Amino acid sequence: MDLSSINPVVLIASLMVASTPILLAALGEMVVEKSGVLNLGVEGMMIVGAICGFAIAVETGSPTMGFVAAALGSALLSMIFAVLTQLFLSNQVATGLALTLFGLGLSSLLGQGYVGIKPPSTPKMDLGPLSDLPVLGRILFSHDLVVYFSLALVLAVWAFLKFTRAGLILRAVGESHDAAHALGYKVVAIRFAAIGFGGACAGLGGAYLSLVRVPQWTEGMTAGAGWIALAIVVFASWRAGRILLGAYLFGGVTVLQLNLQAAGAAIPVEYLSMSPYLITILVLVIMSSSRGRASLAAPASLGRSFHASS
Amino acid sequence: MIRLERRREPSRLWSYVTPVLAVIATMIAGGLMFAALGKDPFEVIRTIFWDPVLGEFAFYYRGQLLIKAGPLILIAIGLSLGFRAGIWNIGAEGQYIIGAICGAAVGLAFYPMDARWLIFPLMILAGAVGGFLWAMIPAILKTRFNTNEILVSLLLVYVAEQLLASMALGALRNPEGSGFPGSRNLRRYESSANTELFEGTGMHWGVVAAFIAVIFAYILLNRHMLGYQIRLTGQAPRAARFAGVRPNLLVVFCLGASGALAGLAGMFEVAGPAGQVSIDFNVGYGFTAIIVAFLGRLHPVGILLAGLLMALTYIGGEAAQSTLGLPAAAIQAFQGMLLFFLLAVDMLTNYRFRFGKREVA
Amino acid sequence: MTLAKLLTGAALAAGLAGGAFAASHSEPVKAGFIYVGPIGDGGWTHEHNIGRLAVEEEFGDAVETVYQESVPEGADAERAITQMALQGADIIFTTSFGYMDPTINVAEKFPDVKFEHATGYKTADNVAIYSARFYEGRAIQGHIAGKMTKTNKIGYIASFPIPEVIRGINSAYIHAKKVNPDVEFSVVWAFTWFDPAKEADAATALIEQGADVILQHTDSTAPQAAAAEAGNVITFGQASDMSEYAPMPRVSSIIDNWAPYYIDRVKAVMDGTWETKDTWDGIGPGMVGIGEISDAVPAEVKAEALALKDAIAAGDYHPFTGPINKQDGSVWLAEGETADDGTLLGMDFYVEGLTGEIPN
Repeated sequence: MDLSSINPVVLIASLMVASTPILLAALGEMVVEKSGVLNLGVEGMMIVGAICGFAIAVETGSPTMGFVAAALGSALLSMIFAVLTQLFLSNQVATGLALTLFGLGLSSLLGQGYVGIKPPSTPKMDLGPLSDLPVLGRILFSHDLVVYFSLALVLAVWAFLKFTRAGLILRAVGESHDAAHALGYKVVAIRFAAIGFGGACAGLGGAYLSLVRVPQWTEGMTAGAGWIALAIVVFASWRAGRILLGAYLFGGVTVLQLNLQAAGAAIPVEYLSMSPYLITILVLVIMSSSRGRASLAAPASLGRSFHASS
Repeated sequence: MIRLERRREPSRLWSYVTPVLAVIATMIAGGLMFAALGKDPFEVIRTIFWDPVLGEFAFYYRGQLLIKAGPLILIAIGLSLGFRAGIWNIGAEGQYIIGAICGAAVGLAFYPMDARWLIFPLMILAGAVGGFLWAMIPAILKTRFNTNEILVSLLLVYVAEQLLASMALGALRNPEGSGFPGSRNLRRYESSANTELFEGTGMHWGVVAAFIAVIFAYILLNRHMLGYQIRLTGQAPRAARFAGVRPNLLVVFCLGASGALAGLAGMFEVAGPAGQVSIDFNVGYGFTAIIVAFLGRLHPVGILLAGLLMALTYIGGEAAQSTLGLPAAAIQAFQGMLLFFLLAVDMLTNYRFRFGKREVA
Repeated sequence: MTLAKLLTGAALAAGLAGGAFAASHSEPVKAGFIYVGPIGDGGWTHEHNIGRLAVEEEFGDAVETVYQESVPEGADAERAITQMALQGADIIFTTSFGYMDPTINVAEKFPDVKFEHATGYKTADNVAIYSARFYEGRAIQGHIAGKMTKTNKIGYIASFPIPEVIRGINSAYIHAKKVNPDVEFSVVWAFTWFDPAKEADAATALIEQGADVILQHTDSTAPQAAAAEAGNVITFGQASDMSEYAPMPRVSSIIDNWAPYYIDRVKAVMDGTWETKDTWDGIGPGMVGIGEISDAVPAEVKAEALALKDAIAAGDYHPFTGPINKQDGSVWLAEGETADDGTLLGMDFYVEGLTGEIPN
C-alpha cells in the first residue's frame, strides 16, 4: 500500500468536478422544496437535461448553447410536474416518480441518434497566472466555467433566501401556503417559478455529466445521481451552505474510495464501495443528534397540495 | 367563470370513472406518440392492454400478470401504512434485497436436506425478519437521533445493492458454478422452491401473501385502533399526540411492517420467479411500489388494482417491444404518461367544477 | 387444466416452428434476441444488435428478427424468452450471463426451438452456448501497454470480480510484464456494470496516481475522455472500436464481433443442421476483433503486436503458456504448458506479481 501517491490537492480538485452535477441538481431541488413542493423527479429531469445539452452542443458545436438548452429543456419538463401538482392538485410524490419514469423514456427516444458521438469540449477558464499558484491554483483556478457557476449559485441561492424579499416570500409559501395566500401572494405562480428553477438546475447538472464529466451520451447515464441529489437536500436540512458540504462530502468520499483502491489500500473493496452512503448517513446522524429534537428544518407545507378555498 | 371547489367527501362515482378516463386519455396521447414513431397506434394499444388478458397467448400472460403484480402489491401495502402516517420509507428496494438475501441464505444453508416443511417456513421467516431489521436502521436512527428516514432508507438501498453483489460473488455463490457469480437455483431445490400452487397460473406463495396483506391492511385500517392512530397521525399529527399516539412506536411499527413485507416480497421472488441470488437480482420493485401505493390512493383495494394495472403495462409493453419492435424507451414514456393522466384526473374525485360567479367570501 | 393448456400452447408454438422449417422457402426463419441493456448503450448490447442487423442484411427476406432490450435478469427474462418462443421464434439468442437459468427453463418447455446463450456454461439438446476469448485481445493490449508505459504504472478499471474480468487482468499483466519487468498494475473495482461518471472518476484517480496507461473492462468512453484530458495517457477501446478517441489516447481496441457467429447459427437453422455446441472463439475465427493500432504506437511495437495477434489467431501461441505461477507463488502452469479451458472459464485467482486481493 502506498498512500503517499494520493495527492490531497489533486484529490480536492477532482472531487469538485465529481460533485458538480449533484450540487447543481440538489441546489435546484432545495429551492423547490423551500417553496413547499416535493419533486422526486430529479433523476428524470437530469437525464433529459443530459440529452438536450448533448444534442444541442453537438448540433451547434457550442457547449454553452448546450448548457442553455439543457436548462430550458429540463425546465420545460418540470412544467408537466408543475401543471399536474399545482393545477390538477395531484399527489406530489407519485407525480415526481412518474416524471422520472417519463424522463428516462423520453431521453432515450431523443438520444437515439447520438450514441457514440464525441461532444465539443468545454474549455477551462483561462485565469492566467492564477492557475499556476501552488496548491490554490490547482484547487481554485483550474476548472471550467460550470464549476464556478455552481459555486456562485450556492452563494446566490443562500443570499436570495436569506436577504431578499422574494426569498422571504418563497419561504413563507413553503412554511404556510394558506397564510401566504391570505397575505395576497400568488402561491401557485411562485411554486411554478420554483419548480422551473429546480428543473433548470437539474438540467444543468445532467448536461455537466454528458458534456464535461463523462462526456458522451448513453441511455440511463445519470445512473442514480438524481436520487443522491434528493438525499443531499435532506442531508443539508434545506440550507444552501450545507448543500455544498453534502455534495462535496459525497463526491469526496466517492473519489477518495477510488483513489484508495488505486493506491492498493488493504480495505475490502465492498466496504469502500459502500462508504459514500454510510459516511453520509453517519455524518447526518451526528449532525441531527447534536441539533436536538426540536429543530426539524423541513418546510412545514412540504409535499402538501394547495387549493385556494376562498 | 369556472372554478374548483373541494368536495366534502371524495366522490364515489368519480373515483370509479376517473381511472377509465385516464386510460382512455393515455391511449389517445400514447397512440399519437406511437404513430409518430411510425407504428400502428391501434395495434400497439391492443398489444399492451388487450393481448395479455384476452389475446392468443393470454393463458400464459395471465399468470405472468400475477407474478409481476404480486411483489408490487405486497410492498405497496406495507408502504401505504407509513405514507398514511407521514412516515416516508423510500428504501423498500433495499429491504426487498435484504429479505431475499436472508431467505436465500437460510435455504442454501440447509442444501441439500429434504425437509420442505421446515425449510420453506424458516425461509419465509428469515425474509421477513431481514427486511424488518434493515428497516429498523432508519427507524431507530429516527427515534433516537431524529435522523430523517427518507435519506437513511434511500441511501441504504445502495448499501444493500453492494451487499447483494458481494453475496452473489462470495458467500452465497454456487460452489458448483465454476467461479461464476450467482447462487444455486432455489427453484430447483425442492425444499426451498416457492412453487406455483396450481401450475401455470402464476399463483405462487408470494401472490397469496400479497392477497392476505391486502385483507389484513383493510381490517387494520378500518377496524383497529392502530389503524385509526395511523390515519390520525397523518391527518393531524398534533391532535394525534393528544389522543395518546406514541409517535416513536408508530415510526417503528410503520417502518417495520413495510420492511417486513418488502423483505417477504424479496424472499418469495428469489425462491420462485427469479430463482437465485445474482448481482442484478433487484429490478426496481421497491421504487415502482411507491407509485403503486399512491395510484391506489393508499387504500388496500386501490393498491390491489393499481398493482395489477402496473403489471399489465409492463407485460403488455414487453409484448409490444418484441412483436412490434418498439424501443423500450417508448414503453417507459408511455407508462409515465399513463401515470400522469391517472394522477391528473384524480382531481375530479376530490373537487368539482363550479360555473358562475365567485361568491363573496 | 391450465397446465394442459399451457403445454398445448407450447406444442402449438412448436408446431408453428416446425411448420416454418418445412416451408423454409416461403416462411422466413424467425430469430429472437434478448438484450440486457438498451441498444443505445454504445457497448455490449450495441454490438449484439449490430450482429442482429448483420443477420438481417445477410439473409434479407428469408429471415425475420425480433428483439427486446433492457430485459432484467430473472423472472422478467424468463417471460421475455417464453414470449418469443410462443410467438414462433425458431432460434433465440440470450445475450447475457444472467439469462442462463431462464434460458434453460424455457428451453425445457420448447424442445423444438433452438436457444443460444452467451457467456454461460449450461447446455442442453436445444441450448448451445457461445462466448469470446477476449483474453486474447487483452494479451495484445498488455504487450503494447508494457512497451509504452513510461511511469511503469498501468491502471485497470474492472467491473465485478468474475472469471471473465480476472482472466483479462491476468492476460494483460502477463504480457505487459514479459516486455517490461518493472510494470505494476493498479486495479480499481467499480462494482457496477454501468455508471459512466464513476468510470470517469476511477480513470482520473488512476491517472493522478501516476498511471499512464488505462485499460478498461467497462463499456463507456468516460475513461477515454479522462485520459484525453490528462494528455500523455494511452487507452484501449472496449466492446466497440471507440475510434472517435484515436489516435490518442485510444491506440487500439478490442471489438466484440458477433456477426459471423450469428449468421452461421441462423444459417444452420435454415438448413436444418443446427446442433448444440459450446463455442469459445477468439481472434482466429473473428469473434474478437483488434481495432486498428494507431500511429501513436511506435512502428516496431505495432509490428510486434501484430505478430502476436497473428500467432494467436493461427493457434501458434496461447496467451496462458507456462511457466506461470499463481499469486501465492504456487505453480499453475509448468514450462511450455498451456492453460485448459476449464480452469480459464472459472478463473478466480491472480497470477504471480499482481498485487492486491480479488474481492469476494
